[in-house]
Amino acid sequence: MTKPRLLDRLPVVHQLRQAVGLQRGMLVAGLVLTGAFVVLALLAPVLAPYGYSQLADDAGNFGAQQPPSAEHWLGTTVGGYDVLSRVIWGARTALLVIIVAVLLSVFVGILLGLVSGYLGGWVDRVLVVVADAIYAFPTLLLAIVAAIAISGGQSGMWSGVFAAAISITVVFIPQYFRVVRAEVVRVKSEAFIESAQVIGASTWRIMFRHVLRNSTRTLPVIVTLNAAEAVLTLAALGFLGLGIEPTSAAEWGFDLNKSISDVAAGIWWTAVPPGVAIILAVLGITLIGESMNDLADPRLRARRRGKGTPADAVAQSEPVAREEMGEVQ
Amino acid sequence: MTTTPNENAVEIRDLNVTFATDGGDVHAVRGVSLDVRPGEVLAIVGESGSGKTVTARTILGLLASTAVTSGAVVVSGTDVVGLDAASLRRLRGEKAAMIFQEPSMALNPVFSVGWQLAEGLRAHGRISKAEAKAKAVDMLRRVGIPDPERRVNDYPHQFSGGQKQRIVIAMALALEPTVIIADEPTTALDVTVQAEILELLRRLRDEEGTAIVLITHNMGVVADLADRVAVMLQGELVETAPVADIFASPQHEYTRSLLAAVPRLEAADRHRPVAAPTAAPLVVAEDLIIEYPGRFGRRSTFRAVHEVSFTIAPGEVLGLVGESGSGKSTIGRAIAGLTPVAGGSLQVLGTEMRGVKERDFRPKRRDIGFVFQDPATSFNPLLTIADNVAEPLIVHGQARHAGDAREKVDSLLEAVQLPAGFGDRYPHELSGGQRQRASLARALALDPKLLIADEPTSALDVSVQARVLELFVELQERFGFATLFISHDLAVVDMLADRIGVLHRGRLVEEGTGAEVLGAPQDPYTQRLLASLPVPDPVEQARRREEWGRLSA
Repeated sequence: MTKPRLLDRLPVVHQLRQAVGLQRGMLVAGLVLTGAFVVLALLAPVLAPYGYSQLADDAGNFGAQQPPSAEHWLGTTVGGYDVLSRVIWGARTALLVIIVAVLLSVFVGILLGLVSGYLGGWVDRVLVVVADAIYAFPTLLLAIVAAIAISGGQSGMWSGVFAAAISITVVFIPQYFRVVRAEVVRVKSEAFIESAQVIGASTWRIMFRHVLRNSTRTLPVIVTLNAAEAVLTLAALGFLGLGIEPTSAAEWGFDLNKSISDVAAGIWWTAVPPGVAIILAVLGITLIGESMNDLADPRLRARRRGKGTPADAVAQSEPVAREEMGEVQ
Repeated sequence: MTTTPNENAVEIRDLNVTFATDGGDVHAVRGVSLDVRPGEVLAIVGESGSGKTVTARTILGLLASTAVTSGAVVVSGTDVVGLDAASLRRLRGEKAAMIFQEPSMALNPVFSVGWQLAEGLRAHGRISKAEAKAKAVDMLRRVGIPDPERRVNDYPHQFSGGQKQRIVIAMALALEPTVIIADEPTTALDVTVQAEILELLRRLRDEEGTAIVLITHNMGVVADLADRVAVMLQGELVETAPVADIFASPQHEYTRSLLAAVPRLEAADRHRPVAAPTAAPLVVAEDLIIEYPGRFGRRSTFRAVHEVSFTIAPGEVLGLVGESGSGKSTIGRAIAGLTPVAGGSLQVLGTEMRGVKERDFRPKRRDIGFVFQDPATSFNPLLTIADNVAEPLIVHGQARHAGDAREKVDSLLEAVQLPAGFGDRYPHELSGGQRQRASLARALALDPKLLIADEPTSALDVSVQARVLELFVELQERFGFATLFISHDLAVVDMLADRIGVLHRGRLVEEGTGAEVLGAPQDPYTQRLLASLPVPDPVEQARRREEWGRLSA
């Protein structure tokens, strides 16, 4: 029995090798879209022709609502910014928000879920009630309230990113909390936990060494699906004017908001690019999440069909009875 | 029975089944050819993974979508391989039916059993509601459910495990199929209930002339019921012979080793020097009461153990036997401090367990080892075997981390006859028997005075079980720890225990040495338990069957 190489055991790589057919197609499409999104975000200063808040260059002001041209491939906005540059820089803002929001909610959610699920009692009841109460709110309303509370509605680049990320976190923590708690409650009743109790291991040791790592299997799927939701929530906040100032960072939702009046005037180039960017980013991440979800479940996973009677299959199949016949390997 | 070959109920010719899995293709059945004649019980025996279930399920076309089948499976004139879904549906029920291992899972909990019986009838032809109901009542009567007119409207949870299995059998019989596939029909049941179900199956064969394909790993069941036996090993058929020949003169080496591994009741005393009687006992239970609190306070409290008294002396092996629900595991868990004691007194290594605080008991845990029933779940799947075995050493401060303990771990693995290289493997990379040996290594890591083994071999195949038990006896003699050995299998307990306690519904009905309890049982329950245990010998079993009939009359 050879140990699989580290590369093959990494979450996404492992699934990519495992997938076949339509599921593989979905995963590859998702990876390509998300890869493009991440590359745009990382290389924004190189790829974007202008800065996100640049209004003029050596040739003078860009001018407002200019149609696409050689200088401005996707034209300029009503505020006089270059549309293409803002779309590219917007990817960077979106990625930052995703990372901060997911990291925060994963850590807090897992910790609360672990404590609540393993210790139980009144801590568990209170946390579950609070999580349920948060669930009952419309998520966007909650994010708006959090955004106003944190930043007063308007802010600069980092404070804006954190305001958006934390308001998204508030919505996500209950999701991680519930998923982890449910897994912990399941794992808690497994024999190896009892076996650790019989050995005399302390509660903390059992929680972090035995329960935690066995309860996080489903998290990669939720992380990807939540990342898509984070992009949407950020865009919605920006669209409602609660996002980041155009001078601090580029943000797709804000640009969409400013282009509402353009649509009626026949100016398409200010609204379509940020909208398409949001759709593609969300689609890419969702495709990864959905296909990973299917691949994680052996009942949903498609496999290469078995061939008639290949000789190598005979060689591969486990000689179960050999050990029973009297030899240990 | 006079039948010509073309009258066979089932004919399997050169069957090959391959499954596509994540680890590549698995060739589960290789070129198997078998016949089942009408009115005959063909037992397919073999260890887990030998392909016996897959072979039987192809008769009904019940394989997962990842399977590729070749060859021919002819069920009374119809070739099942490559049959379309509609024809398969017609075949199921009318020509071939199935009895599952776990009756409580094969029945739908939200419909009455009468409805479920009628469902099978309505699926195959037009039949009025009243007719279906009358037929259902008739079926229930035939399988021996008392008062069928009333019970036909009851739901599955209102029946006992044995009765549920009878209902599943009734469903299989509803359309008078030519052949019934019984996949481990008694494995989930207690021995006394098992004897009743086997009796019912035998009656069906005699009265209805139904062919039965019996899949089992229990050689006692084979001796009791089968007419012919097919032995499978790694997907191949190694031997087919009438039941008397298989037991009297097995031809294939594998069949011989399989039969040799079956534990037999000898009811003899183990001649072993027991520690000086002056030594204080490790465990003293006096009028021990254990209760599980119900949902609504004291009124619904379930009392699992009623005023049980026993002691375990140093170096002594006490076997606790009983059927499911007898409270045997509960006692083991109470000694390990996993279940609170409700009344009476239980002293473990000098600590009173009634109302004990975990903090006070923790230092004593180093002297208690515990081996769990299912080796698959009792290891943390994300730690290597070496890390798992090192856990007790780390927890009790004998090693700071797993690397520190490696030397000790390797010597422990060697003691349980596992190569040291196995320490670097993960639990799922080991077979059941290897895992249970690693589990023994972990339990012995701190050199405990007391070992609690809760059904340690019931999840293993017979030949693996035999090797684990052998190892256990050897280790016990070498290290001299006292053991509470919990099992439902009388023959296993007989092999190991110095003294045996028989539990029945939470009460200790009989206690004594192996020869006393198994050789000359006094309590009527022990007598019934002994008589219902099928022995792997067709002639002897026929005699015991009569005795059982007399006892249960």
